[in-house]
Amino acid sequence: MSPLSRREFVAAGVAAGAGLVIGFYLPRGSASHEEAFSPNAYLRITPDNKVTIVVARSEMGQGVRTALPMILAEELEADWNQIEIEQAGASTLFGDQSTGGSASVHSTWDPMRKAGATAREMLISAAALTWGIPRSSCTAESGHIKHAATKQSLSYGELAGKAATLPIPTDVTLKQSKDYKVVGQRLPRLDTPSKVKGEAIFGIDFRMPGMKFALLSRCPVIGGKVASFDDKESKTIGGVSYVGKVGDSAVAVVADSVWGAMEGRRVLNVTWDEGPNKDFNSATAGYAPMNLEKAAALLKKTAVLYSTGETAKVSPGRRISGVYQLPFMAHAPMEPGNCTADYRGAACELWAPTQVPQDCRDAVATAVGLDPDQVKVNVTLMGGGFGRRLEHDYAVEAALVSKAIIAPVKVIWTREDDMRFSTYRPASFHTLSAVVDGSGFPVQLGHHIVAPSISGQKGQPTPGGVDPDLPDEAGPVYGIPNYAITYTMTETPVPLGWMRSVYALQAAFALESFIDELAVSAGKDPLQYRLKLLAKDQDLQYFTTTWKTARMRGVLQLAAEKAAWDKPLPAGHYRGVACFGCFSSYMAEVVEITMEKDGPRVHRVVAVVDCGQVVNPSILEQQIQGGIVYGLANALRAKITIEKGRVVQGNFDDYAPLRMDETPTVEVYAIPSTEAPTGIGEPSVPPIAPALCNAIYAATKKRIRALPILSS
Amino acid sequence: MADLTLRVNGSDKTVSVSPETPLLWVLRDTLELTGTKFGCGAGLCGACTVHVDGNPIRSCSTPVSQVAGKNITTIEGLGGTGLSVLGQALQQAWIAEEVPQCGYCQTGQIMSAAALLAKTPNPTDDQITQAMNGNLCRCGTYERIRKAIHRAAGNGGAR
Repeated sequence: MSPLSRREFVAAGVAAGAGLVIGFYLPRGSASHEEAFSPNAYLRITPDNKVTIVVARSEMGQGVRTALPMILAEELEADWNQIEIEQAGASTLFGDQSTGGSASVHSTWDPMRKAGATAREMLISAAALTWGIPRSSCTAESGHIKHAATKQSLSYGELAGKAATLPIPTDVTLKQSKDYKVVGQRLPRLDTPSKVKGEAIFGIDFRMPGMKFALLSRCPVIGGKVASFDDKESKTIGGVSYVGKVGDSAVAVVADSVWGAMEGRRVLNVTWDEGPNKDFNSATAGYAPMNLEKAAALLKKTAVLYSTGETAKVSPGRRISGVYQLPFMAHAPMEPGNCTADYRGAACELWAPTQVPQDCRDAVATAVGLDPDQVKVNVTLMGGGFGRRLEHDYAVEAALVSKAIIAPVKVIWTREDDMRFSTYRPASFHTLSAVVDGSGFPVQLGHHIVAPSISGQKGQPTPGGVDPDLPDEAGPVYGIPNYAITYTMTETPVPLGWMRSVYALQAAFALESFIDELAVSAGKDPLQYRLKLLAKDQDLQYFTTTWKTARMRGVLQLAAEKAAWDKPLPAGHYRGVACFGCFSSYMAEVVEITMEKDGPRVHRVVAVVDCGQVVNPSILEQQIQGGIVYGLANALRAKITIEKGRVVQGNFDDYAPLRMDETPTVEVYAIPSTEAPTGIGEPSVPPIAPALCNAIYAATKKRIRALPILSS
Repeated sequence: MADLTLRVNGSDKTVSVSPETPLLWVLRDTLELTGTKFGCGAGLCGACTVHVDGNPIRSCSTPVSQVAGKNITTIEGLGGTGLSVLGQALQQAWIAEEVPQCGYCQTGQIMSAAALLAKTPNPTDDQITQAMNGNLCRCGTYERIRKAIHRAAGNGGAR
């Protein structure tokens, strides 16, 4: 029995046009701080027998528009074919609407199930009253309430009106996982047919009458400004109707067509005030190997993320250490940045491919001088997100241009704009040190992370000098005595953003490469070495997450079995392994490679996840395969460099994602589990780089301590 | 500006655009066929792939004047033109293999796959890789794309 709190349900009532509506609250992430209650999701059952779930989670490819309805449909006992999902736009009436942190299924699992169960119980009551029989003789099945003895049946649509007049049950019984009919099935995604026919409307495809197109010329130097501009030549381009400053650091060119705006921008003359970063070079600033003095100064600002409490005591034994570095990286989703805005004096409406509709609303309101209630944000489909659309820059630009011309306008970013004016995964620097016993196992382990804070740079709180993302992403893996993870927050002028798996990618690369070094140093098999470190069942408490060594051992063992780790490989083939946990999920990956003259070739990846109850195995496989392909590109080539304050890379030639010829076979396995589901969008990304580098070590005896692999 | 006649998905359309305008923007902005996508603007990603006289081309880097009078097929026309059987088989295979994640690149992927299968009805893995390597997917759907092409080719998704 699971009582419903006031926080979880605000209301059940009659829908517009009759029917049942239940409003409920979906918390944002695993950290569930109490917030003032307001619903951010609705379940609506209408007399035409449609079940609609209105939910503010953005679809960027991760399958939320299928997975979330599945969870609710399970408890509702709805017919899957009668379910529709409706995208909610930003509203001040809604609670948090962000999509990120691999949290959509994790954070909605309980409220979605309770909403479905509550509606189910109200529909049963409505049927029992209609027939004048006890509730206990009624059953819910495939969108109907049935009475077996009299073979009577009423559809949910027929019962919705009456159900809406009944009191909301104060507690409902949720189903046992053994009785699931929807959750755990490979149900086809609801959005696939429109995507293969070219009918799906992404943000860039949205059109409205009278809409113009705009491109912006932005200062190429980070933090620079417009000094002056000359639009004479731009205005000779056919269709160009407006050229003007947007904020301090960009000039917009508005035209009847994208091409007109591109041509107008190409011939625009802007003089830039390059500002304080005109000599900034990422190769020498901050993340080049540090001198001791600098390192010591940084250590004074160290925050302890994790400590088993005995780290001050120096254990006797052999000391081993290693230093690892990672560069800035760009998200580079396939759909470049864009947003459509229609500013009409007392109101502004946006059509935004965004993960953060409310941030867009609030930032736009401030930028154009409206109240948040006067800004309406419609969330479109998005061609990939990976965290890039957790920003709101595209929305503000579109709103400012629309205000300048008092007409609807779509701002489009080119690929080069997206690459050079993005926010970037923070570069980081890691010092790992261990003291090992006579058998080569650590009796002390320290991992010190030096990286700028994404949230800190954005002016958000960083309590105790800890970036608020680190609690989800940089936790302990092994039950090692005297284990400490520490963090020093640095600063950088480079704009930072949350990129798929965020700090977990850096933390896993450093830790799992180092563990491999320890295994090599001990003369032990790297997989057996890890299993030994996980041999004892332990709970590792890290902020609000309890990491269980048994679950990590489970994924590692299954990965070893599926990859046939104990069997020899063909001549010239080598393997590497890594495991890591983030967003409350456990992941192990085994990589099989050969070394070719231009670098490693990855043939096969065995990936095992423990993410609790699997909602949809097909979507799970998509997310894991996709995360590994994304992570391989990060590991092999992804590097954003800044010279003279300017991002060097511009397009898919110098910032090259993986192509089909480099893509390995990825076998995905999930540990059977009835635990509450946890994240799947990001956890497959972090282990792939260290697993690959460990395979490269096995092949070449060369240890890679800096990413990307192909430039080190 | 010039008036050009384009034969798109079997019908003639007259457009008034400057002749160097890339075909992509004429399709998307003038003819409102938004299934063809903008990804890189430099012929590097394949999201803008359409067929001209049966050959896959990058519409983002093809001036519209070069294709006037030729047969242009976009994703919107793939199921209803001379390639209808193949186009529908590919779209059905893409659905059966659950290929798309975000879906943005998939129309370009399907156009490249259609061009491959039109010439090579039963491609090997190597032939698939060669034909599809110019099409990027940041969601990493390549493995399912390969399976879907095999499936559409009548191999039932076998590798």
